[in-house]
Amino acid sequence: MFGALELGLIYAVMALGVYLTFKVLNFPDLTVDGSFTTGGATAASLIIAGVNPFLATAAAIGAGLIAGYITGLLHTKGGIDGLLAGILTMIGLWSINLRIMGKANLPLLREETVFTPLRENLLLGSWISIGILLAFTLVLKFAIDWFLTTDLGLSIQATGNNQQMIRSLGVNTDNTTMLTLALSNGFVALCGALVAQYQGFSDISMGIGLILVGLASVILGQAVFGSRNIIMASLGALLGSVIYRFIIFLALRAGLDTNDMKLTTALLVVVALLLPRWGFLRRIPSLRTRGNRAPGKAPDGTVDIPDQMGSIPAGTRAGAAAGTATGVSVGTDAGTAVSTKNSTGTTEG
Amino acid sequence: MLKIDSISKTFFPGTVNERKALQDVSLELDESDFVTVIGSNGAGKSTLLNTVSGRLPIDSGSITIDGAEVSRMPEHKRAKYLGRVFQDPMAGTAPDLTIEQNLSLALRRGKPRGLGRGTTRARREHFREELATLELGLENRLKTKVGLLSGGQRQALSLLMAGFTQPRILLLDEHTAALDPQRAALVTTLTEKIVSTGGLTTLMVTHNMEQAIALGNRLIMMHEGRIIYQASAEEKKTLTVKTLLGEFSKLKGASLGDRALLN
Repeated sequence: MFGALELGLIYAVMALGVYLTFKVLNFPDLTVDGSFTTGGATAASLIIAGVNPFLATAAAIGAGLIAGYITGLLHTKGGIDGLLAGILTMIGLWSINLRIMGKANLPLLREETVFTPLRENLLLGSWISIGILLAFTLVLKFAIDWFLTTDLGLSIQATGNNQQMIRSLGVNTDNTTMLTLALSNGFVALCGALVAQYQGFSDISMGIGLILVGLASVILGQAVFGSRNIIMASLGALLGSVIYRFIIFLALRAGLDTNDMKLTTALLVVVALLLPRWGFLRRIPSLRTRGNRAPGKAPDGTVDIPDQMGSIPAGTRAGAAAGTATGVSVGTDAGTAVSTKNSTGTTEG
Repeated sequence: MLKIDSISKTFFPGTVNERKALQDVSLELDESDFVTVIGSNGAGKSTLLNTVSGRLPIDSGSITIDGAEVSRMPEHKRAKYLGRVFQDPMAGTAPDLTIEQNLSLALRRGKPRGLGRGTTRARREHFREELATLELGLENRLKTKVGLLSGGQRQALSLLMAGFTQPRILLLDEHTAALDPQRAALVTTLTEKIVSTGGLTTLMVTHNMEQAIALGNRLIMMHEGRIIYQASAEEKKTLTVKTLLGEFSKLKGASLGDRALLN
């Protein structure tokens, strides 16, 4: 129980990173699976080499920043599809991670880690360690919240929201995309470094399937806390990670094997994606259309605004059609109605 | 102010779909000129605007803004000279951001963006004053997400965002075409107001002949990638829809399309 809470809070660091790319930038970044291990591998290797664990963790963040930046380069300068760019980096990192570690598994037995002070005082698995981890993740969360409201952060939000608009306002969207991917993978690598030190080893396969864990956290959090503003959305990502660990904890308690957890996670995400289709939990964001970054295409039933929306197909076209009538005497009410629906239709776009 | 010197643009060159969107087009705008552009579908009006904004690269010719050659400059760098409003009311604003955040983004157009707060109290005051000029009550809804506004409101906001930072050139691409008549009239009035108070040099594409005649001090008509008719400030004062249609019918086989004729 305490273990699940602790893990949830540690993995919340990754969830915050996934939130940055997936929710803010609207970019499904699969680099995560690789950069998480890169973080763990970098920290573990340096710690074994006698480096201060905090410095080793900082180095892991640096490695993650680079990994994310490479995905960004592939996508923006190389024009490679976002999903594929992430996969390419992820696969490439597998070899790099093995090089960093030298072998597939690096134990950190009796090494000094960032958790040593807690462990030696028998505070791990207590409210104190949970309090410390919670404070740490909250600091990160508020740092993200602050960053996203700066001029630079706003241009990042706009990049994920309406690229055409923000480019016309003089922002190089290539740069904002690369910056966000780097930052996000910095968070993910930090999480990898913490997990390696927490569990006492770094393993080449520790990152497999983690993007789903991150997505599950972000979606669960959004289902529970909504996404009215970025403060709630990032809080949702953070606590979503805790909720996710709790569900996994219960699943294990119910007799499922640890080997079943990947399937459990996948099913959890599938259910979270399908529920809004059937009318439950409309607050959950639509992932079915992610990857298609064109603005203004909200699929049915995934819109934040209740009622009035209902059955209206995402309708920029409808607006354009009404527009052709400019100057002709058309029932004004009808025209107004169309443009209103039109605008609400894109709120989740 | 804006000098377009014999620019050409061909889409899909060397294929069966080859289309000469702009052929040797030259146009010069002086300070505070307000030029309206009309023409049939596919005449190259929007292409002209998109080459000025940098969204489309040109094949040949040159574009100079305020003495600076910009034809090789990427879109986001040219933004420091340009305010733009698009045809699609959804295109000019970020729906998930609030009104004040959108305005903050526009305020930094063409300037470096750092870690300063996006919406400070001083900026908010400024935004409130600017929004009040729209007379849509938006000044009391600074924290409303733009996605919740109607198309007309969003377009009015886009117009304000494009104009309130005093761009060297304001580009309007059929920005009233997707609105119902009432809102189109409102946005037209606002356009007049924002352009005249700022003394902005403006290039506006429209399908609506009445609007093209009513607004601005000069008018050009395009057809098949060329400017085929120009009305100077003097001529424009006496211009009527009939004259324009007359000019147009001189072209063999040209059709204005239903849209323009209905207007």
